Amino acid sequence: MSRRGAAFYLSVLVGGLIFGFGLAYSHMARPEIVLDFLQFEDLGLLFVMGGAAVVSGTTFAVATRLRGRAPLTGEEYVRRLKSFDRNVVAGGAIFGVGWGVSGICPGAAYASVGIGNWPILWAIGGMFLGAYAQGLLRSQLTDASAGPTAAD
Amino acid sequence: MIGAELFPHGIARYAIGGALIGGGVAFIYLSTGIIAGASTFLESTLSYVSSVPRFNRGSYVASRDWRVVFTLGIVLGAAVYAVGWQGGAWTTDVQWWRLLGGGILVGVGTRLGKGCTSGHGVCGVGSMSRTSLVNVATFMAIAIGTAQLVQALGVTP
Repeated sequence: MSRRGAAFYLSVLVGGLIFGFGLAYSHMARPEIVLDFLQFEDLGLLFVMGGAAVVSGTTFAVATRLRGRAPLTGEEYVRRLKSFDRNVVAGGAIFGVGWGVSGICPGAAYASVGIGNWPILWAIGGMFLGAYAQGLLRSQLTDASAGPTAAD
Repeated sequence: MIGAELFPHGIARYAIGGALIGGGVAFIYLSTGIIAGASTFLESTLSYVSSVPRFNRGSYVASRDWRVVFTLGIVLGAAVYAVGWQGGAWTTDVQWWRLLGGGILVGVGTRLGKGCTSGHGVCGVGSMSRTSLVNVATFMAIAIGTAQLVQALGVTP
């Protein structure tokens, strides 16, 4: 486990500030803008997700090639690679229905609180309910099956 | 003009906002080596109050503190925008049942699918991860179909 002092948490806070400001500035924190995109009325959201992926992707590519270590934790720079299984597709599909119904995703929902959008608490409450329900069910399924099954 | 039709609000605010979102991810990554997604917070935070094994996995308990800080940062950063650029609070007209019902499905789907718009969409796609590309293609296609169906049923907004 890495050392986590004030500088570590300050860095995460500043990164979150930039991230949240960007979500508000891009208007992705507003469900209406996401719904406009999904209904093909304003395709601007492509530039939000594309722009973000290009900046983070370039950063990951350069940092992993330099083979340095993160100054605040000593962690190695790696890419975000998750294993593939059918849950990736099933979860993506369920998320897609939810995103299409509500126009909101987790990061944008937190930012939406910051822009004063109090009705978004319905969505955040729902997200916690959904996360709790799937966690409870999956924990019970894991308990029920014999032997140590991987959690995901 | 096709551009004005597809992009009635232009592209500047979208591209700049997107670059800032990526900038926030990059800042945390370069200083700590952590690739920060937004949806794990939903489960790791539950570990403070629930004894369900899934939420108390080592990786969640070890990351729950900084995930709370990250989320607070997101709220504060958006609040800075609201005060400095938006001219106060803004509230949605999307109906509460859409937010609640959609939110529940977002909570289930992002956790089952190992990530959300930021984890898979920004960080995973930025990593050229095939898993993330499949997940993003799936939720994009389904979300477009769902939103257009809801609209066709006459629900506004």
